[in-house]
Amino acid sequence: MNGTIGRRGVLAGASMLFLGACSKVADSTVGSHLLGAAETWHKKVHRSLADRMALAREYEKDDISPTFKGNGTVNINTPEYQAATQNRFADWRLEVRGMVDTPMSLSMDNIRALPQRTQITRHDCVEGWSAIGEWTGPQLSTLLEAAGVQEGANFVVFRCADRFSQGPYYESVDMIDAMHPQTIVAHMLNGEALPVKNGAPLRMRVERQLGYKHPKYLTAIELVASLDDIGEGQGGYWEDHHGYQWYAGI
Amino acid sequence: MASKAAKPAKRHGLMTRFWHWLNLLCLVILFMSGLNISNAHRYLYWGNYGFDPAEAWLAVPRFPGWATIPDYYSLAAARDWHILMAWPFAVGLLAMWIAMLVSGHFWRDLRTSPSEWKPKAIWHDIRQHLKLNFDHGGSKYNFLQKVAYGVVLGIFLPGMIFTGLAISPGFEPAAPWLVDILGGRQSARSIHFIFSWGIFAFFVVHVVLVLLAGPIGQIRDMITGGKLEEGDAQ
Repeated sequence: MNGTIGRRGVLAGASMLFLGACSKVADSTVGSHLLGAAETWHKKVHRSLADRMALAREYEKDDISPTFKGNGTVNINTPEYQAATQNRFADWRLEVRGMVDTPMSLSMDNIRALPQRTQITRHDCVEGWSAIGEWTGPQLSTLLEAAGVQEGANFVVFRCADRFSQGPYYESVDMIDAMHPQTIVAHMLNGEALPVKNGAPLRMRVERQLGYKHPKYLTAIELVASLDDIGEGQGGYWEDHHGYQWYAGI
Repeated sequence: MASKAAKPAKRHGLMTRFWHWLNLLCLVILFMSGLNISNAHRYLYWGNYGFDPAEAWLAVPRFPGWATIPDYYSLAAARDWHILMAWPFAVGLLAMWIAMLVSGHFWRDLRTSPSEWKPKAIWHDIRQHLKLNFDHGGSKYNFLQKVAYGVVLGIFLPGMIFTGLAISPGFEPAAPWLVDILGGRQSARSIHFIFSWGIFAFFVVHVVLVLLAGPIGQIRDMITGGKLEEGDAQ
């Protein structure tokens, strides 16, 4: 007490010094380079251990979780989106644009008329929780083949209708994940139209990555050569504004 | 094995010492960044899914900034540190296991014999520990030490790697059986958490015993290698 620094104080002080060092390392160029490099190593190891097309686990109907948690944006309070929910997304369009031979604007009926894939998969949020649901929709590869991906297009950017404090949501994947058989544009969850809290009317499923790579309220699919000109250049909303890892496989 | 005493015998081999300190650095950063990650969703479940706190088997307390890396809540930065330090931790442990098996350190010093598992012998060891008698009479480590090191080196540390891999959605397609044998993704996450505290408990006991057994000499020996004492088995 009175004036003397207790053992707790010394421990706390020592840990503050150590923690301060951690922040400094992270802020330095070498430090941030190293932290980013670990992410790249993981991506390379994952892809060398498993086939590039290896499937995420698919479950049985009995395994489906009682509900599917909505997270992040669970509704969009714009007049446009509220009007769209009123007429059951009859006028919703999904654009396919950028480095494609034939830009497209698809209606919900167009999307439902395509060959469909149904998969029961587990959704792992970066926060740590998981939910299992049955998703239905066309494979992204079907849309990309129909539009004709141009030479040099390396990434697929997903544009979304929901807005966070720092702007609209967007995400991106490389062509390996884009062409993966389980990467689908889902319009159904558990046999029913996708609920608003889970991204109605369309959301991406990119099953081998964490939840924030599965953007909801999808409005456009954009083929680009580089992510440099997308947002702040890190490839997605959470990557640009909160430092999350672009490769969300870990 | 014949005693190949070409070089002076050290209490701790070079690999043991190098790994010991590297592992300490890794564990401290992994544990403290892990506490930050835990703060993102403080509930643990069994099975493959879990998101409803009402179904959690444990609601984990929120860890304060002085205990987490970084020293404020940042899931993204904590994951950066965790993912980075997972590499030297995993590669270091693999290298240490290979070295222990090749050099004979494991067979000679850490393996227990059936006679040591007799209740009477275990009780004797516990009594000696409670009396703070650290004379190991003959072998380098006594039974309790061997068991503690065995559990940590053989179960807790590798267990952290395997449960960590199992909760990675990008790794799962490479070894879906791993998630199955751990009882599902959320079970793997729960075990990851339990083992991390098992390692923490070992850390506390280890430090207390080092303090009781003469910390300056113990730490010096773990840096320089020290000399084999009379009675220490080769």
